[in-house]
Amino acid sequence: MTAYDEHRLAELIKALPPAPEAWVEAAQELPLARDRLDDIVARAEADLAFRDALIADLEATLRLEGYEPDAIPLDELRRRLES
Amino acid sequence: MQLASLPDAQLVARCRDGDENAWRELVSRFSRYVFAICSQAFRLRAEDSEEVFQEVFARTYQHLGRLRDDEAIRPWIGQLTRRLCIDRLRSSSREEIVDPDTLPGGVDEEMATLDEAFAVHEAMAELTENCREILDRFFARDESYQTIGAALAIPSGTIASRISRCLAKLREIFEGRNPAPGASS
Repeated sequence: MTAYDEHRLAELIKALPPAPEAWVEAAQELPLARDRLDDIVARAEADLAFRDALIADLEATLRLEGYEPDAIPLDELRRRLES
Repeated sequence: MQLASLPDAQLVARCRDGDENAWRELVSRFSRYVFAICSQAFRLRAEDSEEVFQEVFARTYQHLGRLRDDEAIRPWIGQLTRRLCIDRLRSSSREEIVDPDTLPGGVDEEMATLDEAFAVHEAMAELTENCREILDRFFARDESYQTIGAALAIPSGTIASRISRCLAKLREIFEGRNPAPGASS
């Protein structure tokens, strides 16, 4: 094992700087985002007009329906709507 | 027991049970590690790093119910991040096929260093909050003595000596957790 003197420990502390706060917060919100995603997909399955509107213009339709697009994993929503 | 002091396996179990605070702690615990793999080991551009970072945690969340070993969550996240970084390099270099065996120079060494760094940050949890803050702010956040002094309400002239004392304490803790081979107890 390498000797861990104070200089080496300082280098290793420095090697892990914090990730940008906004990235961390977005990842922490994932469970909520997935709940929203599941709600939207369920609604789209039950309401074909809503599904068509989402496929035609995803972000505008979400905003119109009161969802914040930034808080939803849009790529995954597109995949699920197309499947 | 506070979430921050839960062992990885217990934290994963809490996440699997739908505890949103446990998930927040899990992201917080591994965020630096994932960020460093993307930005330092693979030197991805910021926008690529961000996408890989989010994808790592999205897949981790999806796979919580299927992990073979909850205790091995850190190496699992490390390997997932590595794989997604390689995919990102492949998709962004149209003319050059990225072979996992010919990764950007020093990836393996850098990954090994980040694993060591993660262990050091874990050991920092055993320091006093004041020591932990000083070391993290000075070395990881690159803050000046003046900024640290103002944030922690301590005279900036005493920070160098505090850093030295806290590093010595950290060394003691770290060597206690990772005894050198052949060291007698």
